[in-house]
Amino acid sequence: MAGAGTVIQAQGVDIMKVKMTINGEKKVFEIEASEKLADTLRRYGYTEVKIGCRSGDCGSCTVLFNGKPIRSCLKFTAQAEGAYIETVKALNKDGIHPLQKAFIEAGAVQCGFCTPGMLLTAKALLDFKKKPTEGEIKEALKGNLCRCTGYKQQVDAIMKVVNNK
Amino acid sequence: MKFVGESYNKVDAEALSKGNPLFTDDIKIDNMLHAKILWSPLPHAIIKEIDTSEAEKLKGVKCILTYKNTPRIKFTTAGQGYPEPSPYDTSVFNKKVRYVGDRVAAVAGESLEVVEKALSLIKVEYEELPAVFDPEEALMGKVVIHDEPDSTGIDDPEHNLITHIEATAGDIEKAFKEADIVVESSFQTQYSHHTPIEPHITITYMDEYDRLVVRTSTQVPFHIRRMVSIITGMPESRIRVIKPRIGGGFGVKQELILEDIAALMTLRTNRPVRIEFNRREEFISSRTRHPMKIDIKIGAKRDGRFTAIQMKALSNTGAYGTHAKTVLFNVGSKTLPLYNKVSAVRFTGDVVYTNLPVGGAYRGYGATQGYAALESTVDIVAERLGIDPIEIRKINHIKENETSPIFEALGEGKKGVQQVVKSCKLPWCIEKGAEAIGWKEKYGKHNGRGVGMAILMQGSGIPLIDMGAATIRMNDDGTFMLLVGATDIGTGSDTILAQIAGETMGVSPERIYVYSSDTDLTPFDVGAYASSTTYVSGSAVKRAAENMKKAILKEAGKLMEIESDKLRIENDRVVANDNSKSMTLNELGKVITYTKNQKQLEASASFVGSESPPPFAAHFVEVEVNRDTGFVKVVKYVAAIDCGTPINPELVKGQTIGAIANGIGYALFEEYRFNKRGKMTNADLLNYNIMSAADMPDIEVFIAESYEPTGPFGAKSIAEVNINGPTPAIANAIRDAVGISLHRSPFTPERVLRALKGIER
Repeated sequence: MAGAGTVIQAQGVDIMKVKMTINGEKKVFEIEASEKLADTLRRYGYTEVKIGCRSGDCGSCTVLFNGKPIRSCLKFTAQAEGAYIETVKALNKDGIHPLQKAFIEAGAVQCGFCTPGMLLTAKALLDFKKKPTEGEIKEALKGNLCRCTGYKQQVDAIMKVVNNK
Repeated sequence: MKFVGESYNKVDAEALSKGNPLFTDDIKIDNMLHAKILWSPLPHAIIKEIDTSEAEKLKGVKCILTYKNTPRIKFTTAGQGYPEPSPYDTSVFNKKVRYVGDRVAAVAGESLEVVEKALSLIKVEYEELPAVFDPEEALMGKVVIHDEPDSTGIDDPEHNLITHIEATAGDIEKAFKEADIVVESSFQTQYSHHTPIEPHITITYMDEYDRLVVRTSTQVPFHIRRMVSIITGMPESRIRVIKPRIGGGFGVKQELILEDIAALMTLRTNRPVRIEFNRREEFISSRTRHPMKIDIKIGAKRDGRFTAIQMKALSNTGAYGTHAKTVLFNVGSKTLPLYNKVSAVRFTGDVVYTNLPVGGAYRGYGATQGYAALESTVDIVAERLGIDPIEIRKINHIKENETSPIFEALGEGKKGVQQVVKSCKLPWCIEKGAEAIGWKEKYGKHNGRGVGMAILMQGSGIPLIDMGAATIRMNDDGTFMLLVGATDIGTGSDTILAQIAGETMGVSPERIYVYSSDTDLTPFDVGAYASSTTYVSGSAVKRAAENMKKAILKEAGKLMEIESDKLRIENDRVVANDNSKSMTLNELGKVITYTKNQKQLEASASFVGSESPPPFAAHFVEVEVNRDTGFVKVVKYVAAIDCGTPINPELVKGQTIGAIANGIGYALFEEYRFNKRGKMTNADLLNYNIMSAADMPDIEVFIAESYEPTGPFGAKSIAEVNINGPTPAIANAIRDAVGISLHRSPFTPERVLRALKGIER
């Protein structure tokens, strides 16, 4: 397995140690080889990573993996050895992030279950492209499902951040 | 008004946007067991033998439940007022299974892995029974699904018929004879799912006093407490139900889904138990929208006036009858009053069991299916008469200060209440929507691009049945706790209730902290359903806040030595009307808590509606139909709505757009597919599509200036009404674009293409 960490045997199960950086902090996680990144993160208290389908379809478990949005429910934790992972908490290093503020003000947060994943997709988009069009925003968000809002609010919020830059 | 009508940010939005641990599964509990359910692979069978001995031997398995060791109590899983108007046809486990996905057994163990292994070791010997999937066939009674004598509330179990409704006002035969034309049509709707992004999850544990705590993703915490008490035999006083933040409901969480199993397991093991649905289980074994076949007949004069409407609905409730009767009643009760100029109106309906997944509450609650039939047929009448669809609706729709006999004839599984519509801005909604879509320029071109419309109504709570209550407590710094049973499931109800309390007392909503839906701490409320929270719970909050305001003025008056009727609350101060004296709420709080006339200021009130004022909406849509592929593209959508006073316009828009997005998905592609044995074959989000950001059309919402005199600050509901529009409006737009009538949803490319080729009606 690419990037796998140390393997130790315990109770007949392969326990691995995997190192990664999460929201700027270096961490070592003890995992079983088959564990998915979303489960490891939640198990270690990063409950902002939401799980809605476990099949990569809903996008609630989106985290940034070396800056790129990925579905953490599909990624083996062992594949994250040495990676830089960001959850939505990474946005709060200096108070509330402009994207969060825009989401709140645009009514983009209803039940809020999809919000962390959606915010990370939005952040990655704006890191990659400073001035995306509305169509590009919709295209970027299409892997993050929301059943409450109808998406207009998120698109409006991101457009607002883009235009204020 | 100062605080009502302002778009305050949702009180929980910042915490949610930071991903704080707010949801059911976001707490860490030591020593927790994990549980899963074994599902029936057969649509209809008797469990001849179930052998759990091998599974029990597995290390780490702590509890196995089957019909053999769980209480044989019949109940309904519907979260409704008590006694519920749904048949008692369900038990925790049963010797008989009635659909692919019915409960067979459940296992709790130290890890999910061990539980899954244990499930595979349970040996079940089934005697398979013939199954029935078609509701018309079910009515013949060749297969009887509910044949157990201890089930109650089923009118004719031998024909799988839960109930047959007939309601007629006026002389229907005569009214059809008065008509110049009579149009008969039908519409068939599909199985579909709510698809909250958070699947069902329940965590149960015993607290330090050996009371059972149920932390659960529910819309109905108080109903859950009552049901868990009945099922476990534990008194309600020893059960606490906590509703944390909920990741969407839309009706699917107005239901007991996992709580009974988790509670029984915790009581038996004395351990915390966690059970959650995966996405597949969520589709198959939670609840669905009842599929229906609706026949409709409209009689009209040449000038467009309707003389008679007759609607006949056949509803498929699947294997159990939760919400079966009430959803069926709402097919008629929430649609037919809209056209009240008729001489006679008639609604008949049947709701039947089949061996398919279970119907339940779903935003729109029968009205969605009813409007699909009614509003698509109104356009056929208009076309036959050569009258513009807008004009024919203007002639016939209900107006302010008018009534309909249907309000009284059809209620919630029984008679309803008579009411006069006191607020209805449909005329404005229709004008505004028509203008925004460009109706005059676009309608009637038949060039592959078309416009369509529909008008709609719903209700605001269930009158004389559903109660909400609120308590307001003043803190020693002059801020307030607002305790409500009302259940915010992402809608923003905590926020608008704070606005209502603030407006009533003259206190800014930022000083009011809302705590909701914890059965130990908050007063009763039926929960989040039937478009009730703004109207019912909001009225309770307003009353409680009025009582609190009186108490504040009384106490401040004593301290300020001014009669309380000469005082007012303004900018978080108590001020003499002649402005001679004032004190801050903080000062008041400090004094009455610690130094003089000490007491805790607290006020409670409750509310039950005596009527259910309908919100109204006019929807307009523009579509493009590809004649080669059958693909329907929604280009633009406009909704003009009358919800009375919008307490928080941004949240009103949020409810509206969200309902429309869900409705467009239902109209165009959301549909369960089954194999020949009744097994759902597309139970994941890849194959059961819901709307994504890329699918959304340009969408505009207009809110009418309206005031409902019976509602808090003039408000009515908004939650459900807008999900009813997309199916008929899009059907009508497709007719305008390419001249075909569609009688079956969803309007998939295949179905549209077949209709274009004249293969399918």
